Amino acid sequence: MDGTYEKLVPSPTPDTQPYWTGLREHRLCLQACADCGNVRHYPRPVCDACYSMNAKWIEASGRGTVHSWTITHYAFHPGFKGDLPYILVTVDLEEGVRMNAQVRGIKQADLKVGLPVKVGYDKVKDDLTLPVFELA
Amino acid sequence: MSLREKAAVTGVGETAYLRGTDRTALSFQLEASLAAIRDAGLKPTDIDGLIPYGHGAVAEDFITNFGIRDLRFSATTPMGGASSVAAIQCAMAVIDAGICKHVLLSLGRTGYSGGRIGTRVQQMPQFRTIGEFEMPNGAIAPAQLYAPMARRHMELYGTTSRQLAEIAVTTRYHASLQSNATMKNPITIEDHQASRMISDPLRLLDCSLESDGGAAVVISAPDVAKDLAKRPIMVMGVAEGHPDSPSAITQRPDLTTLGLAKAAPKAFAMAGVTHSDIDVAEVYDCFTYIVMCQLEDLGFCKKGEGGSFIENGALGLNGRLPVNTHGGLLSQAHMAGMNHIVELTRQLRGEAEAQVKDAEIGLVTGYGDMGDGSVAIMRRA
Repeated sequence: MDGTYEKLVPSPTPDTQPYWTGLREHRLCLQACADCGNVRHYPRPVCDACYSMNAKWIEASGRGTVHSWTITHYAFHPGFKGDLPYILVTVDLEEGVRMNAQVRGIKQADLKVGLPVKVGYDKVKDDLTLPVFELA
Repeated sequence: MSLREKAAVTGVGETAYLRGTDRTALSFQLEASLAAIRDAGLKPTDIDGLIPYGHGAVAEDFITNFGIRDLRFSATTPMGGASSVAAIQCAMAVIDAGICKHVLLSLGRTGYSGGRIGTRVQQMPQFRTIGEFEMPNGAIAPAQLYAPMARRHMELYGTTSRQLAEIAVTTRYHASLQSNATMKNPITIEDHQASRMISDPLRLLDCSLESDGGAAVVISAPDVAKDLAKRPIMVMGVAEGHPDSPSAITQRPDLTTLGLAKAAPKAFAMAGVTHSDIDVAEVYDCFTYIVMCQLEDLGFCKKGEGGSFIENGALGLNGRLPVNTHGGLLSQAHMAGMNHIVELTRQLRGEAEAQVKDAEIGLVTGYGDMGDGSVAIMRRA
């Protein structure tokens, strides 16, 4: 499987690695301020609520609602040609941050603002699991 | 204290706009710069400040090619498509501080023949978070990243693809009136609706071009501007604005508001004019939706009313607000908005090829890097 994966892959840093490790274990982990508790995504060094640099990781519920979406019909990278057309959703997570991911089992006609969804896990290669959204 | 009328546009220049070349972006940038300097009635060695666009030519290139002996300032304004208009503010600040007399803003690119934007975005440091968290999911190019903004606007306000088509149709018509435009065959709303979907709701004809060429502008101190070759175009108000969550649109509190919403009130206040004073507007048009959203963020209509504002040819030469009279990035060429400054200057001089009658005051915007905005309001002197 590894030898044929031709899509873009993330390059995690020490600030972001727990997110990717969590996905491999089928857990959606989000960074939060260790001092004031503010949840932030995408992971970064400083809390924009209290400027603390102490961070922790929390396990999110994985539940959310659709905020917006697009259906892509053109492959801007050759690795995604086989997926066309594919739906990308922007999701409001219960924890107050958003995520962007492809969907599984959701049709274009189902899409609407506020649609309840839950995160799923798509192991695309040995060391990479991507989040996807399914109907909740 | 403000920058109101602390500088003027004194020269504009552009190369032939092309789709296909074996020339370098640097040669286009230098050719356009020489044209702008000549238009102002200056010599290349008169330039004492440089704000080149993005990662193309650097100050050293100009010093070497133009023999500039006393360059006093160089900078870039890294805001993607908002850079060109943001550079006006930067140039004015430097001129007002007495550092420079003539600042050259310039751009050259081989967007058609060289690297395409869809691949360039991945390599830019301001997008490392979306590079890690969104691109692996297949959200890679601006069309895909902006489409959820347009979709959200449609769901909240009932905006339609046919309304966005009005922008594509009007802009193409304006391009058909130009000698220097790359897409001149008029299109209809039906052509737009039949064009292939790129990233729903954005169709092919909602998307700007990839182009080869160059454009440049000279900004000069008011005391010297009045003695140059052309009637100076005074900059009455200028500002830049950065949206919340500037790199990751996904995390932006309001998907339908751009950085321009923060800049526009500042620029109008500085200029001391109202929206009804604006005779012509050159509005950054990487995508049709972005034009409509900016018209709202500029305050020409309320948020959510952009769709009805642009209907029925409102943006045409004889409409309520003539927009992108040169054909814009959608149909003239993608020169990252430097061509919008060139066109506004020509409109206010009265030398445009698709001239808005008696245009005295106009506005130009920039938009880029996922939501940065910039705006300048100008008048003929």
